[in-house]
Amino acid sequence: MKVPLSKIAHTRSGDKGDTCNIGVIAYLPERYPILLREVTPERVKEYFEDLVCGEVERFELPNLGAINLLLHGALGGGGTVSLRVDAQGKTFGAALLGMEIEID
Amino acid sequence: MIRIANGQGFWGDWLEAPVRLVEQGPIDFLVLDYLAEVTMSILQKQKQEDPNLGYARDFPPLIGRLAGKLKERGIKVVANAGGVNPVACAQAVLKAAPGLKVAVVLGDDVFDRLDEFLGKGYEMRDMETNEPITGIRDRILSANAYIGAFPLAEALDTGADVVIAGRSTDTALTLAPMVHKYKWKPDDWDKLAAGTIAGHIIECGAQCSGGNCQSAGGGFGISDWQDIPAMADVGYPIIEAEPDGSFTVTKHAGTGGRVHSDTVKEQLLYELGDPKRYLTPDCTADFTSIHIEDVGPDRVRLSGIRGGPKPPTLKLSISYTDGWKAIGTLVYSWPQALQKAVAADRIVRMRLDHLGLTFDDIYTEFFGVNACHGSAAPPNPDPPEVQLRIGVRGQDRKAVDRFTRELIPLVLNGPPGATGFGEGKPPVREIVAYWSTLVPRDEIKTRVEVIS
Repeated sequence: MKVPLSKIAHTRSGDKGDTCNIGVIAYLPERYPILLREVTPERVKEYFEDLVCGEVERFELPNLGAINLLLHGALGGGGTVSLRVDAQGKTFGAALLGMEIEID
Repeated sequence: MIRIANGQGFWGDWLEAPVRLVEQGPIDFLVLDYLAEVTMSILQKQKQEDPNLGYARDFPPLIGRLAGKLKERGIKVVANAGGVNPVACAQAVLKAAPGLKVAVVLGDDVFDRLDEFLGKGYEMRDMETNEPITGIRDRILSANAYIGAFPLAEALDTGADVVIAGRSTDTALTLAPMVHKYKWKPDDWDKLAAGTIAGHIIECGAQCSGGNCQSAGGGFGISDWQDIPAMADVGYPIIEAEPDGSFTVTKHAGTGGRVHSDTVKEQLLYELGDPKRYLTPDCTADFTSIHIEDVGPDRVRLSGIRGGPKPPTLKLSISYTDGWKAIGTLVYSWPQALQKAVAADRIVRMRLDHLGLTFDDIYTEFFGVNACHGSAAPPNPDPPEVQLRIGVRGQDRKAVDRFTRELIPLVLNGPPGATGFGEGKPPVREIVAYWSTLVPRDEIKTRVEVIS
């Protein structure tokens, strides 16, 4: 069954220079493997295709039922240089909640 | 157990928060984080204009307001309010609160040492782009080393009521009271990592106690942020720190907001890189070792945290000027609001082109359609209104100035139905950019001074 990511996880995003990070946290620990299977760097890069110039990296935090995504080159230069309204990547986490994933 | 509260997540955070933390319940230490990456450059400019400025000016009046209660209850304050002029900050605090003992931590400011570092062969390449620093050398406004918790703890050891630092790390402000109180050693890596993670959780103020939180912890499968109670009275976070490094995140009883493992997890992930290697001047913290549990209403306990050695380098925070920018907006109304805004954008770009103006970047967003989420935004083919937002940046100020004259004429000479021009042409702003690099940590010698 396809559902938006918001059904199983909550998120928070922020910036480090021109890199945006998105923390994705499963509401229930048993849904963590679904995050690992569905929220891959390739799919996240594709989802934000017009905003992310660089690569997407993913780190795993099984103890928190969470993954940490680093979206490189995602903020139009970042900080004070960027011309974007969301130069700090505050809304990327919310955007990712709309990504469709397959759940069992 | 000691209680460490954070009352300020950045310079400009809620003015009432530190006052409420002191007045609404027990705390032992009040920590205040004033510095963001570009704040140092703003402060450097202020100091150049007036040698008595260059610090967070909110801080002295706040301490003046709190002085009686701090003294009466023995609450100590640790803040990086000193910016590029900690001594002037301390003097202003003493003027506002004459009965307090104030100590400063010095040695982070390396603005005058950059050529010495270059002479020693440190290339100081940018950690993000790997460019050598020589390309921006003549445009640097400020340069500071991030310093850790030990110099701050040493300042607390003097018996000071208020400790003022310049560019200390955000997490060091929270770790320092633990090092001071529990006499943790420089190689107590697990404990230092635990205190660092405690600092990471509270360094953004209410962002771990309900602010900007999607989950209220009410269940699963829904963003229940609206269930977080009484946000008008949100309680700022408090760490109850134990000598073994374990700690509980909480807030004062009767305050609004919520502390739940969900809200704490959101903040744990905030601005995180590699979770196994969270580097600070004090240690390397491992976020994958955290054990987290809800142990009561608005009480979250963290334990089991592991850490490793501190890095052999310290990070420098350098700001430099990088040209000019301006961002202008116009609003277009239904029908065909988006088509009108797209046409207006095309006209502006053609006119800039005809003038022969070039920029490092021109960027257009359509508010109400795709500004925040780009193509990930849900489709909205005929919105009732759209705000066109065009920004330019470049090294030639005259070109950026000329751009600011190109938007308002569209009200009369562009697509129909434009409004929202009441603020006039947009301001031109100088860009102060950020450069981060590493130097050997032995180069940075801190010292503590009690100011009287």
